[in-house]
Amino acid sequence: MLNVEHLHKRYGDLEVVRDVSFHVPEGQCFGLLGPNGAGKTTTLRCCLGLTQPDAGTITLVGLPVPQKAREARMRVGVVPQFDNLDPDFTVTENLIVYGRYFGLSRRECEARVERLLDFAGLADKAHARIEALSGGMKRRLTLARAMINDPQVLFMDEPTTGLDPQARHLVWDRLKALVTQGRTIVLTTHFMDEAQRLCDRVAIMDHGVLITEEAPRPLIEREIEPVVIEVYGDGVEDWFQAHGKALSSRAELAGDTAFCYCNDPEPLLKTLEGQNELRALRRAANLEDVFLKLTGRDLRD
Amino acid sequence: MTEAALATNSVDTPERPTRWRFLHVVYRNYLVWRKLLGSALVGHLADPLIWLVGLGFGLGSLMPPIGGMRYIEFLASGMLCYSAMNSASFEGLWSAFTRLKMQRTWESILNAPMTVVDVVIGEWVWTALKGMLSGIAILLVMTLLGMIHSPFVLWVLPIVLLVGLAFGGLALIVTALAKSYDMFTYYFSLFLMPMTLVSGVFFPIEQLPKIAQIIAQFLPLVHATTLARALAFGTPVGNVFLHIGVLLIYAVATAVIAARLVERRLMR
Repeated sequence: MLNVEHLHKRYGDLEVVRDVSFHVPEGQCFGLLGPNGAGKTTTLRCCLGLTQPDAGTITLVGLPVPQKAREARMRVGVVPQFDNLDPDFTVTENLIVYGRYFGLSRRECEARVERLLDFAGLADKAHARIEALSGGMKRRLTLARAMINDPQVLFMDEPTTGLDPQARHLVWDRLKALVTQGRTIVLTTHFMDEAQRLCDRVAIMDHGVLITEEAPRPLIEREIEPVVIEVYGDGVEDWFQAHGKALSSRAELAGDTAFCYCNDPEPLLKTLEGQNELRALRRAANLEDVFLKLTGRDLRD
Repeated sequence: MTEAALATNSVDTPERPTRWRFLHVVYRNYLVWRKLLGSALVGHLADPLIWLVGLGFGLGSLMPPIGGMRYIEFLASGMLCYSAMNSASFEGLWSAFTRLKMQRTWESILNAPMTVVDVVIGEWVWTALKGMLSGIAILLVMTLLGMIHSPFVLWVLPIVLLVGLAFGGLALIVTALAKSYDMFTYYFSLFLMPMTLVSGVFFPIEQLPKIAQIIAQFLPLVHATTLARALAFGTPVGNVFLHIGVLLIYAVATAVIAARLVERRLMR
């Protein structure tokens, strides 16, 4: 569905995408992960033909981009990072007007609106004004709008940023339904739980480079020990130097928290017994551990 | 479905030919405008009526006829163009900038199978239609005041449309370069207003120093007022094709430049 090979994009002296290649097969959910400024959005914009790459080839729904980008977008839906619904229109009008840009007749659009509003859980908001919608509703309406042309591929740039947990779960649920229908989804996110939950494959980008591309589970198993113990509290540094480092396969002290990655956590947990000042959290390794291992803990802004 | 099958399908997908896609943008703006129709129409009609009656009768009673025309007639034919210019400029500046920057409407359209050229041409045509609407309002007012004696005057409408295209295009250039709304006030008070004063809207340009008259010839508005006056009241006019030519060049050149600038701004 989407093929990206050796993509390069620079702005002035800054190369924001460096030799990025990946392939998204039909019916899969593909996650492009990375810290802010990693080049995720630029990569998506290149895929949609909204930015001219400096080098590389892109094929979207079988069409070369950017040469045939407009034609490719006929079969693609886009949920942008920032809501750009039309505030002058009602919910229904937003869908109908957007459908016109795809060359759909008003009648065709109207025929699709009801189903889309049902899908987005907005059936009772059909004639509401946009400003009357919550953030979650707006995001769902943007998703419904992206579906007006019955697309085969959906591009979503940070689909749940700024939403509360209820709204996020509802969006996730809708995205899973779309994948079940056989649609392909390409999303960017910096929420690792979101990527782990939704994506068949994830690619991690940093500083414009694609570091790894794999299914979340094998990626976690390969990069991270199965159990993670997080320890914090007074005296954590002494404990870390005395036991933490020695008893885990890999350990790091980040701020006031020690992260210990273990195959067998029991010896390490023993050293914590009776240490009333220290608090410990035992959990399974997750994609966030992989992400932080590969991209580091430095702040990006 | 395989990718090859998809590729063939997309060729068969029925859609408007390239040159008509801009109409979707015009239609979108029309739908928004229609929602505010009441207040918009009152503004369109009341504003020129107040100006014409106020200046035309008030000031006009003190003035001798100009080239055989009563002052109010002179003023009305100038205001046809002035009003179209203002409407198109306002639409191409504040309204278009709102869609570009505040609402990100253009970006949303570009996520659909539309191009920057579709968007800019659509906006450009829309600014001209808004300008033309103002022109029609003035014509109505002129009819109400008994200034119109022949249906021949309807030929002024294509001129008014050209005025809208020329100033709509200019406004879209400013919008494509603007960082905030502040720039538009400067454009109005430092460019449009002075130009209006040297373009024969309120008084004949023969009153002006030679240098101002020469500068005015390089700007679009004086060509429009000259043509509009000739068409509305049958005053003599020199080189018709020069006047139309200047307006046409402004219209087309500004649209092309605006499209380039918007492309540079949005397709980074």
